[in-house]
Amino acid sequence: MMLKNLLASLLLALCATQAWAVDPSPPLPDAKLQARYLSLTHELRCVKCQYESIADSPVDIAADLRREVRDALLAGQTDEAIRDTMVSRYGEFILFRPRWSARNALLWLAPGLMLLGGLFVGWRVLSRRSQMLATDESSVDEEGTV
Amino acid sequence: MNRFILPLGAFALLALLLAVGLKQAPDKGTIVSPLIGKAAPPLELPNLMDPGVKINAEVYKGRWYLLNVWGTWCVECRYEHPVLLDIKNRYQVPMLGMDWKDEDAAALDWLAKLGNPYDNVVTDHEGRTAIAYGVYGAPETYLINPQGIIVHKRVGPMTPEVWQTQFLPLLEGRKP
Repeated sequence: MMLKNLLASLLLALCATQAWAVDPSPPLPDAKLQARYLSLTHELRCVKCQYESIADSPVDIAADLRREVRDALLAGQTDEAIRDTMVSRYGEFILFRPRWSARNALLWLAPGLMLLGGLFVGWRVLSRRSQMLATDESSVDEEGTV
Repeated sequence: MNRFILPLGAFALLALLLAVGLKQAPDKGTIVSPLIGKAAPPLELPNLMDPGVKINAEVYKGRWYLLNVWGTWCVECRYEHPVLLDIKNRYQVPMLGMDWKDEDAAALDWLAKLGNPYDNVVTDHEGRTAIAYGVYGAPETYLINPQGIIVHKRVGPMTPEVWQTQFLPLLEGRKP
């Protein structure tokens, strides 16, 4: 039991150092800014290693982009303005969470549309089955009486 | 027959969606720059040959020029270098080199050994200007028109094919 606890805490400790290693920059002076920094760096894509966020990527360009975010936050820019700047340089692709726009409408609506489609098909199948059952029973009845 | 229409239709739609996805897959790795067709961001950086003096890209206003982002740490830049020299010799296009996140001494050594296709080389040690241009991996080459508009961008090494098929047609269409 002791050993298990020890192992677990050791593993946890390892995870923690891993998380620090990528972004060595000191936290921002204000806790609120730091929270915004963390959320922004997690939702911006590392343009070089495209399946990681800039918070998780150890490559040079990710560090440069984190610095851009940090400087912009310290300069008092809003989250939306920071996202806009990034999009103006790297395109929508840099956002892990696509924005609502005419081009992206289908992307956002697809899950709802699919759900509605599924419900419609399910409803049709069920109603047809109950109709068939109803006609079946009546035919059995008729046969029974005849 | 009627009951097949719905599943068949759904399958056709899915196939269409996947076909479009597959078609677009090859350029998935390359980010299409939103800066194409827009004014090139301001650029004023130290001259590699004389770090005390800054060079502003404004000096190219009124001319077509290439902005090439490179670094001595970049393997593909080495492959591209002879192609740039060849372009310089054959077409005399002004070429501004941006030595990105590099050591000046290494860059000077590189140009001395491999030849210098650039009429100016600026250094971006911090990488801020590079980010303004949407650079994400060297080498990258921008074609900028006399009005200072980014007309085309190549991500990856310049090759004779890319030059002939993508850059030259745009450049030949230039106004006198």
